[in-house]
Amino acid sequence: MTLELKNIIEALLFSAERPLTPKELRTILAEAIDPENPGGPEAFRNVREAQIAATLEELKVGYDTEQRSFQLLEIGGGWRLVSRPEFAPWVQSLLDEARPQRLSPPSLETLSIIALRQPISRADIAGIRGVEVDGVVKTLLERDLITIVGKSDAPGRPMLYGTTQKFLEHFGLRSLDDMPRAAELRLQAAALKTAEEKQASQPGPAPAAATTATPHEG
Amino acid sequence: MDADYKVKLEVFEGPLDLLLYLIKKEEVDIYDIPIERITSQYMEYLSLMQLLNLEVAGEFLVMAATLMYIKSRMLLPEDQQVTDTEPEDGEDPRWELIRQLVEYKKFKDAALQLAQREAETSRMFPRRADAELAAKAADVPLAEVSIFDLINAFNTVLKKAQEKEDFREIIEEQFTVSDKIEELLYTLRDRTELVFSEVFAKASSRAEVVVTFLALLELIRLKRLKVQQPEAFGEIHVVKVA
Repeated sequence: MTLELKNIIEALLFSAERPLTPKELRTILAEAIDPENPGGPEAFRNVREAQIAATLEELKVGYDTEQRSFQLLEIGGGWRLVSRPEFAPWVQSLLDEARPQRLSPPSLETLSIIALRQPISRADIAGIRGVEVDGVVKTLLERDLITIVGKSDAPGRPMLYGTTQKFLEHFGLRSLDDMPRAAELRLQAAALKTAEEKQASQPGPAPAAATTATPHEG
Repeated sequence: MDADYKVKLEVFEGPLDLLLYLIKKEEVDIYDIPIERITSQYMEYLSLMQLLNLEVAGEFLVMAATLMYIKSRMLLPEDQQVTDTEPEDGEDPRWELIRQLVEYKKFKDAALQLAQREAETSRMFPRRADAELAAKAADVPLAEVSIFDLINAFNTVLKKAQEKEDFREIIEEQFTVSDKIEELLYTLRDRTELVFSEVFAKASSRAEVVVTFLALLELIRLKRLKVQQPEAFGEIHVVKVA
């Protein structure tokens, strides 16, 4: 067995029961010791995160081209091995798992709004959906898909909500940028915000100029 | 119409949902909504809901009022339109509603795609630890050990002691309950729990088993020890009370 970075990372992914980030992998490589063969781990002590990220990509592509029954997925910043969807019937049977409960359309709409406009208050979500959202928000909080991320400065200091890591995992999203229509819907929010800030800071044009310069991530 | 009569009616989450449906059904341009046509359709739908005794949420009525207001404003010649509530003169009265509809539709589409992601993701399984499954099992609260379970366990130990006795010379020994209490506490000085059989491991006679059991009961009564049974019908554990 050759001790290549690719093999080491593969072994770690195989044994891990949670997504591993390139940063975590780097720490593991830096800290691993082998009293019998000190030279082994030492050779990988100073591997850079970028190199680890590239290796993860390489493994992912490898599994895809070799048509393995599992694949390497990037979810919420971490990487993990998962079985391919084609094998779901058997794996489901193995895990003796009932069909997972799917979220209702109102929950999905509310989640989309929160994911793309966070931090956002219930009143603002209701403004977009045209219906009150108290019940849906409560359910999403209970399922740990959203969380309270702060309080607004608006009158009444309403709670602000944001999505969780579990949200990304539930939908298999790499990050919030991976959300459907993310670029378009977040850009709008940014534009609105800038307009509001401009209005709010009429006397001094300097801060408004600073906010318009905020680069858009997409 | 009979009030009990049930019609399967498409359920609209809210007024925006209903408006989007009407716009699609009428095949009209969302940016140029024929407000009169859509308003009358909307009102028709509301009266249908009421006719069917469906609860019409307040939001539907607010939207009805908004639609009527927009309609009335559009009927007026432009120079006679009341503009005191609108900050910008000459703005299309439909604009605010259109903006809201377009935005809502985008999120609705995003939600549909999200549902697809959810369906795909739910078919991919990560590796799962036994620990995770064990943690689930451990969530089940420990069964309380009844006095009958204890006596049952005691009986088993007693029987074993009897067997031992048969093959041994009888050495006369005196045990008191308080001796055994001290002994038990000493055994548990640097441990947090013992398995029930361990408690009696050193007992060599029936008398000793009985005295040890009495010591155990006394310590439970004094709340120095408690007994648990992690698995149904499994071994009883004697645990030190912190």
